Amino acid sequence: MKKYRIDASKGMEFGLYSLGDHILNPLTGSRISAQQRIQELVEVSQLAEQAGIDVFGVGESHQKYFASQAHTVILGAIAQATQKIKITSSATVLSVLDPVRVYEDFSTIDLLSDGRAEIVAGRGSRVGAYQLLGVDLQDYEEIFEEKLELLKQINEQERITWQGNYRAPLQNAEILPQPKDGSLPIWRAVGGPPASAIKAGHMGIPMMLTTLGGPAMNFKHSVDVYRQAAENNGFDAQSLPIGTTSLFYVADTNNEALQGMYPHLNSGFQAIRGSGYPKQQFAQSIDYRDALMVGSKELIIEKLLYQHELYGMQRFMAQLDFGGVPFDKIMKNIEMIGNDIIPAIKKHTREKGE
Amino acid sequence: MKIVIISGSIVGTKTKTAMLKTEEIFLQKYPEHDVQLLDLADYQIEYSDGRNYIDYEGDTKYVTETIMNADALIIGTPVFQASIPATLKNIFDLLPIHAFRDKVASVVVTAGTAKHYLMVEQQLKPILSYMKAQIVPTYVFIEEQDFLRKEISNDDIIFRLNRLAEDTVTTFDAFEAIRIKKDEAYGF
Repeated sequence: MKKYRIDASKGMEFGLYSLGDHILNPLTGSRISAQQRIQELVEVSQLAEQAGIDVFGVGESHQKYFASQAHTVILGAIAQATQKIKITSSATVLSVLDPVRVYEDFSTIDLLSDGRAEIVAGRGSRVGAYQLLGVDLQDYEEIFEEKLELLKQINEQERITWQGNYRAPLQNAEILPQPKDGSLPIWRAVGGPPASAIKAGHMGIPMMLTTLGGPAMNFKHSVDVYRQAAENNGFDAQSLPIGTTSLFYVADTNNEALQGMYPHLNSGFQAIRGSGYPKQQFAQSIDYRDALMVGSKELIIEKLLYQHELYGMQRFMAQLDFGGVPFDKIMKNIEMIGNDIIPAIKKHTREKGE
Repeated sequence: MKIVIISGSIVGTKTKTAMLKTEEIFLQKYPEHDVQLLDLADYQIEYSDGRNYIDYEGDTKYVTETIMNADALIIGTPVFQASIPATLKNIFDLLPIHAFRDKVASVVVTAGTAKHYLMVEQQLKPILSYMKAQIVPTYVFIEEQDFLRKEISNDDIIFRLNRLAEDTVTTFDAFEAIRIKKDEAYGF
């Protein structure tokens, strides 16, 4: 775990992440400017740090209703604005980028932040980035596998000789600058189903698993097959961290949380997926067994501890700004996370006797 | 209420004839509703490649968005090789898995003979159920012999199409009332 800068004796890490979505606030019908949205991301990272949150992530998405396409630039600003919070992508759409360039960027952020940078690499679930940056969707699967392998290899070797199908070969190349400790924590972003969890395990790379909603138990299978695949391919599964992610909204009561989150969730889904969030399904999320992180702080704590028991993850990442959630509500969420949720979670997930 | 009538084939005349008649009945019976006929023959539609429907362009985007915005769908299909035509299946493939949630779906089917009269039960309805449609149980099965030179010549079919239109609107009204009542009960 040390290689991934994770200290299990301190308990499960709690992080925040944003996709950088730029959607109107359904309650006011208006949308803040892209400039304000980006500046607020930096501001939220500072508030998160003050609240004792461990990690802050920004992702990239290249289509309508998003503002953080240049997520590495925003992460660079966050590196300057903060002192101790870890900084990660959430996620980097590696398939449309050059792994060498990605590594250069994140090594630089690592140096700027004194060793706090991480990469979560994903394939992207939309086609915008592929169309805009000219990457053939036909190669969707293979291009990601090849680029992630290369990124991992760059991280592990000082000089690299490499040949593949989707990038020019590298001859004894030195990728500079090097990150602070010589390597970066690099995670593979995994959707719900087990197929990519198996690929992550097989590659021996930390897994960031989305658990956006539905029964938490459903994701347990992906965790199990991830560890199994790692062991089968000669890796020590116990040394590989797992993170989970979910949409998040906490309020004083369960009902207030439902009322506060629903308009944003529903209009956010409508904007980026073309269909809203069914109320019946949403109503069921007020149950510790459901993965969607909505409820009172007591319920959120219960959900997190239940999931920690199920998955044994080292990190949980919360997305609390989806769908035009205004800044004051984000602040209120962060306050409750810092004051109540993190202390409870840390206390119960600390590894004893290490 | 937005009613979209789909003519699910790009060849032949029977399904188109039946759906034009269906449109005429809806317009006459329900002038207060928004009725639109989508004849797939009028559009250049891509094959589904798995992306979200909002990420397509052109006709594909237009047709899928029109369907997604409907409250009720009247799906007209011929019988090709004991099943629905590929053009219609492609429409389903382009849409999300829960595309027909809170929508009512009715079916009009045309065929050369009655040999495949259970095709809708065995093939089309399972797809509509999976996509979460509220299906009007009875459908109108129209054979070649019911047509005469691009007109429906069997009065029974006309009566049945009229009943299908009524059942579609009634079913939507009923489920809409249930949905509103349930949504109010949630309190968010």
